[in-house]
Amino acid sequence: MNGLTMSPWLRWYPVWLRNVRVWRKLLGPALLGNIGEPLLYLLALGYGLGSFLGDLEGLPYVVFLASGMVCASAMNTASFEGMYSAYTRMAVQDTWIGMLTAPLSIRDVLIAEVIWCGTKSFISVVAILIIAGLLGLVADVRALLVLPIALLLGVCFGSMALVVTAVARNYDFFLYYFTLLITPMLLLSGVFFPISGMPEAVQVGAKLLPLYHAIAMMRPLMIGGVPQDVLLHLSVLIAYTLIAFPLATRLISKRILT
Amino acid sequence: MDTYTDIVSLDGLSKSYAEQCVVNNISLSVKQGEYFGLLGPNGAGKTTTLRMLLGMTPPDSGVLNVLGHAIPEQAQQMRCNIGVVPQMDNLDPDFSVIENLRTYASYFGLKPHSAAMQQRIEELLDFANLRAKAEATIESLSGGMKRRLTLARALVNDPQLLILDEPTTGLDPQARQLIWQRLRELKRAGRTLILTTHYMEEAQRLCDRLAIMDHGRIIAEGTPANLIEQHIEPHVIEVYGAGLNKWLDNSTVSSQERVERLGETAFVYSHDEAPLVSELCQIDDLQFLHRRANLEDVFLKLTGRELRE
Repeated sequence: MNGLTMSPWLRWYPVWLRNVRVWRKLLGPALLGNIGEPLLYLLALGYGLGSFLGDLEGLPYVVFLASGMVCASAMNTASFEGMYSAYTRMAVQDTWIGMLTAPLSIRDVLIAEVIWCGTKSFISVVAILIIAGLLGLVADVRALLVLPIALLLGVCFGSMALVVTAVARNYDFFLYYFTLLITPMLLLSGVFFPISGMPEAVQVGAKLLPLYHAIAMMRPLMIGGVPQDVLLHLSVLIAYTLIAFPLATRLISKRILT
Repeated sequence: MDTYTDIVSLDGLSKSYAEQCVVNNISLSVKQGEYFGLLGPNGAGKTTTLRMLLGMTPPDSGVLNVLGHAIPEQAQQMRCNIGVVPQMDNLDPDFSVIENLRTYASYFGLKPHSAAMQQRIEELLDFANLRAKAEATIESLSGGMKRRLTLARALVNDPQLLILDEPTTGLDPQARQLIWQRLRELKRAGRTLILTTHYMEEAQRLCDRLAIMDHGRIIAEGTPANLIEQHIEPHVIEVYGAGLNKWLDNSTVSSQERVERLGETAFVYSHDEAPLVSELCQIDDLQFLHRRANLEDVFLKLTGRELRE
């Protein structure tokens, strides 16, 4: 007779490890996608556009952009993972159903999925930091403090993505979320330019969304400064997570366990 | 923990989806070491019943107990000791055969690389005739191999109870025979098994006891032999050929028997086949096949011959 040998706090671990193992098999394309694209933006826009722009908020444009691209990459990586990959495991491969016939609950599986989203954001940020460091775009070792924030950002956007996955009927559905939420956030949260010149309404809107707050913490850390209002920024990311994750769990339970 | 007498017991179980009653007040029990079959046409409620057993679908009403655990409340503990072969294969396509077994073991909190697990996985590969395919991708496996791997995967935690949802649907006869052989081996090892199927031959060969479901209800229950005895005449004569209509209209022998017509064939159910056979032997434009009644005859009598989709 077997019992529940795993602590309820660790039941997510084998599911997370399964995702790690699959990721390791497909390492080449995975890394290229997560790192190549932000790197291209950084080089082309940072140096290309930057040569016309000069300094921005007292920084060379490429330095300004580097910290923005770190956040954008963390957001995109987690969002893709929480939508396309999670949807595949939920609805195409029935991977989750297989896990649920073992002694795992849907909550265990989804905790693993959002921690995995955070892990992937973490990995992509590590890679971009290394490259940015080699290009001399990072001020000092304080930049390493962006890593735990990247993890949290990934968990936050992963949780939000799972809500969309829960109601998606096919892959095309994700375009709504990307076009209506992720892309506007990417353009209006201060990744490419400071939002201080934008209309008041846009600024307020940006501050209600999580990406702005991640950038507000990560940018100072990467340029050798000290972020302000850290508690507020962290609270916003945590609040989004605490709303999105239980909602995703409920919707996905309803979808596959009825 | 060990105070339960039935491995599975369900009492007054019901489930509806949007006003449609899928499982309607069913009760049954399965004993230790028993092989129990749930038969029924498509949409009879078999899969929903299994999902409720697993704690993956909450019942609307009824009491459900599996391995001494109240379901769905204690389903997670219960699932430590069962193995499941789902209707659709959900093997992990990103892993090889052996990695699938290891990964699945890890979901039970079992250490996939321990010496004991290594040995267990070796045994399971032999059991599933997949030793030569241990490193193969899932994509490269045939349908039968995938089913065998799914069965091996369901055994990775050495479960007391196996639950199989249409384990051989879509397999060729050779692949099916091999699965049956393996399931009989598991029976000798004392495991309990619940399976759904719509292959009567599978039910007749594997199961000690059967329940036939239709429209969410259990309409008959018993051993295969019992069901045949209770519900149908012992002999069946299938008659076909050009003279069928003429014979049916004129024969005094056939008019005393229960006859079912399906297209060009008449099924004559009889307690005493001798007069029929001797009469049919003298008719040139008819062909016939005399056989013993089987489970399929019972099934078709109870659930009707119309198509279910």
